Amino acid sequence: MATEHYESVLHPPAIVAELKKNKVSHVVWLPDSETNFMYQLLNSEPTMDLVPVCREGETMAIAAGLWVGGKKPVVLIQNTGIFESGDSIRGLGLDINQPLVMLVGYRGWSRHGLTTDSAARFIEHILHAWGINYYLIETDEDAPRITLAMEEAQRTQKPVAVLVGTEFGA
Amino acid sequence: MINNTDAVRLLDRKRKGAIIVPTMNAGNVRFGLPSVTTNEKLDLPLSGAMGKASSLGLGIALAQPQRKVMVLDGDGSLLMNLGSLVTIANKGPKNLYHFVFDNGAYCVTGGQPVPGADKDDWAGMAKSAGFPATFFFDNIEDLTTGIDEVLQTEGPVFVHLKVAPEIENTPVQFRQRGRRTVQQAFKDVATAVAGR
Repeated sequence: MATEHYESVLHPPAIVAELKKNKVSHVVWLPDSETNFMYQLLNSEPTMDLVPVCREGETMAIAAGLWVGGKKPVVLIQNTGIFESGDSIRGLGLDINQPLVMLVGYRGWSRHGLTTDSAARFIEHILHAWGINYYLIETDEDAPRITLAMEEAQRTQKPVAVLVGTEFGA
Repeated sequence: MINNTDAVRLLDRKRKGAIIVPTMNAGNVRFGLPSVTTNEKLDLPLSGAMGKASSLGLGIALAQPQRKVMVLDGDGSLLMNLGSLVTIANKGPKNLYHFVFDNGAYCVTGGQPVPGADKDDWAGMAKSAGFPATFFFDNIEDLTTGIDEVLQTEGPVFVHLKVAPEIENTPVQFRQRGRRTVQQAFKDVATAVAGR
């Protein structure tokens, strides 16, 4: 029996359009394997400032400073970076009621077979443990979920994650 | 060696509307900035979060480029977040002043020595990370006469202060707490600088 194959493609312009629609001012980030096309686009986007960091735990703290200073940042990191950032998410996300949207590369995840990468297997459990809600995006059609996440973060005054479940297309 | 309270009192007197982000000894309720501040609404004390005062300060400095931001860091804290020196230097905020209170010890956990105490070269590390200006003071007289030059220098500026440790052995749950919650401190600063 033939298996129907759907190609999931998520293009950076769809993400950037959502960020612009939500008037995001800064993208605080550390690259992952899935974001090179995104980097090229963000780097040429005049309405948003890129803030590159050396380690992911810096991102929530920098975002907290931007937020308290009146800006609207998002964080863009990989799921492995969420693990590294535990105490920053606790102290400078949850404890201070920061309405922060974290775009998180869902490294290792696939809906087309076994998910063997522990980075993928653990991430949703970790978010559940912290009580952080999340949305999954895999295609351009899913991109408006970023707006849902931004609205939820503002409404609840809590961090919200958006798991990027596919590689960005060129 | 500079007394911790003398240092925060002097920096507070010279702040002129700067936001101050103190941590550890510099942010201690009994002998840090909260005990001498003249403008609590612009103080954002940070405890814990594994050395992120410098990162928090960078975010504020980028959001409020017209206002000075003074980070009063600890040596043990900055060791946990050394990469932030490169992150800060890379963005190059002209309004950020990063003071490191080098007391050589983890004071809030009982005074165990910090790795590399008396061996590391803080100003050298900051310079190598790309900070355009660095200073070093190990006595209050020189700091008193030199602080104006520090704050007139275009940032990011790194200042290494050799400070006497104030060691706490009281269990955390019995220590004096700040008058404001961390949520209130963030609200106060947001209201003061961003009208929120």
